[in-house]
Amino acid sequence: MSATTRTMDGAEAPVFYLTEDHHHEEGSGTLLGFWLYLMSDCLIFACLFAIYGVLGTSYAAGPAPKDLFDLPLVAVNTAMLLFSSITYGFAMLEMVKSNGRATLVWLGITGLFGLAFLGIELYEFHHLIHIGATPQRSAFLSSFFTLVGTHGLHVTFGIIWLVTLMVQVGRFGLIEANKRRLMCLSMFWHFLDVIWIGVFTFVYLLGVLR
Amino acid sequence: MSAPITHHEGAHHEDAHHHAGGGHSHGSLKSYLIGFLLSVVLTAIPFWLVMGDVLDSRQLTGFIIVGFAAVQIVVHIIFFLHMDTRSEQGWTMMALIFTIIVVVIALSGSLWVMYHLNANTMPFHDMQQMR
Repeated sequence: MSATTRTMDGAEAPVFYLTEDHHHEEGSGTLLGFWLYLMSDCLIFACLFAIYGVLGTSYAAGPAPKDLFDLPLVAVNTAMLLFSSITYGFAMLEMVKSNGRATLVWLGITGLFGLAFLGIELYEFHHLIHIGATPQRSAFLSSFFTLVGTHGLHVTFGIIWLVTLMVQVGRFGLIEANKRRLMCLSMFWHFLDVIWIGVFTFVYLLGVLR
Repeated sequence: MSAPITHHEGAHHEDAHHHAGGGHSHGSLKSYLIGFLLSVVLTAIPFWLVMGDVLDSRQLTGFIIVGFAAVQIVVHIIFFLHMDTRSEQGWTMMALIFTIIVVVIALSGSLWVMYHLNANTMPFHDMQQMR
């Protein structure tokens, strides 16, 4: 403040830079940086959705979504991901209360829901490939497997990250660094659920409607 | 003379926010439960509409489920990702708006261009012109 007053008086030469370095705590930019990463990830998915939008009707005389997709299975899958979102939320609430044990329990439940989601998705993929609807069959199936597979790959890495953090919290407790990491994974996990909304709406529901 | 003054004020402004904490909200049990219940409803209705073949018009069903998806994405961003205009001094919101703009351009542009490319370069169409 005093610098400003002096400048206004004209008694001292104006200063065009910050005279004092301001203090940055360790990791203070991490959450914003991670958010920016998620936004760039969002662009990857936007491209994959655009590809699916363009190629999603090119069946090459092969099977169409209506012949392939099992909506009750997709509904169960969607429920798994939604449950895992709310249980991760509960883990975060316990983390804020610095309740390490309960955080771990909720993280574990989240991981199980994530695994259930992945299991169902792999079962679906296995079934499709088994009946001959492989990615090589048509442009529709190529873009379908790329889009849904990329999402599944994200969930896989999310689960690996989750297990890593559970080990971290188990060994070192809810230290500042671990809280920061848990918040990043929280954003990642909820972000994947947001992407899944797009997948089940545009790929499965609209596909079956067509 | 005015330039340095605004600069200093800007720095001071940023500093005040900086000490106010990380600016990241964790949400409460209530907000998580509200978000969860809204998501369940917003997911169940589109599945019911499609699986139960409720409406006669497929196009109308399509518009409705896309609408539900858009609302559910907003619900998730507010209640699960705790997005607001204040977190990180508004930079998360700026990044989100920028991303939405790019996504809309990329999606609508791709679909528009590729649709016309498909419609105008059909082999059948070419043959007629060659004749």
